[in-house]
Amino acid sequence: MNEELFNKLKEKLTAKFNDAVEVSEITYGFPTFTIKKDHIHEVLTFLKNDEELNFHFLTDLTGFQTADEKHLGVIYHLHNMIKNNRVRIKTFFDINKPEIPTATDLWPGANWMERETFDFYGVKFKGHPKLKRILNVDEMDIFPMRKEYPLEDQSRDDKNDKMFGR
Amino acid sequence: MSKEIIKRTKLEIAKSPEGLEGPGFFASKLEDVIGLARANSLWPLPFATSCCGIEFMATMASNYDLGRFGAERLSFSPRQADLLMVMGTIAKKMGPTLRQVYDQMAEPKWVLSVGACASSGGIFDTYSVLQGIDRIIPVDVYVPGCPPRPEQIIDGILKIQELAKNESFRRRNSDEYKRLLNSYGLE
Repeated sequence: MNEELFNKLKEKLTAKFNDAVEVSEITYGFPTFTIKKDHIHEVLTFLKNDEELNFHFLTDLTGFQTADEKHLGVIYHLHNMIKNNRVRIKTFFDINKPEIPTATDLWPGANWMERETFDFYGVKFKGHPKLKRILNVDEMDIFPMRKEYPLEDQSRDDKNDKMFGR
Repeated sequence: MSKEIIKRTKLEIAKSPEGLEGPGFFASKLEDVIGLARANSLWPLPFATSCCGIEFMATMASNYDLGRFGAERLSFSPRQADLLMVMGTIAKKMGPTLRQVYDQMAEPKWVLSVGACASSGGIFDTYSVLQGIDRIIPVDVYVPGCPPRPEQIIDGILKIQELAKNESFRRRNSDEYKRLLNSYGLE
């Protein structure tokens, strides 16, 4: 069933946004498409509003950092509950210019998930109604899930290499 | 038979403070009497956020029974509490709430930090966790353990009782105490 869905999606997306689709594959049983950042909002709008595809539900939205530490990404998981079809959409962009259009105009449920992604990765969602930290304290000045920032609390002064054998 | 019952149920009551005793009168220091009363009727406010809170529940329940030490009545309003028991990991986002709870408590007040997380952040040396509550409020007694056994929590309460018993009447008005609070940005 996923093969079928994958072929249909691939056909439709390449027909409509030929140069926007970078990678199309099936990973972990999900059709997955990597979309160029500039076209991400058009693709999402199409997937939601197309009568046949009808991905009306945003299951999850999350950020991540690539292994080379130079790029950030955002993943969207979409769900068509009527046909029980799911698709995963990825997009990558430069870590120094982490800007991407918001999806809150398509799915209001994206609001808090985008705030969380901003909180942990510093992705700026253009057009988000209230882009501020949601889980961490407002005074935090780092994006803790990025690899450039240390995991450990930096206010500790009782830890030195002698005690921890480093 | 009756002798055995009498022997087994020998009651131990709190010792009276030092003083002058005679037929029909007993003279002592007001400070000592008030200290005795405070120490044996602490009203704890349980601020339980994780597994140490579960140990605290065992401490309050019949096997360990904190009521034996006069700390039976938990106060869930900070305004009527004497003892703030912080049990569990305090996230940085929880910090302002904890400070507000401490600030709302009336003097005299004591703070018991139960477990590794409340005392030092414990295993959670991470960006989101407060590395010990003594960074935001003054602490009187620390109970180590991850989590501590109920016996250890009771030991901590007994230490608090000793502090309450021996506290000078004027301590809360002293410059030293005010300096302590000021160093935490309180009052």
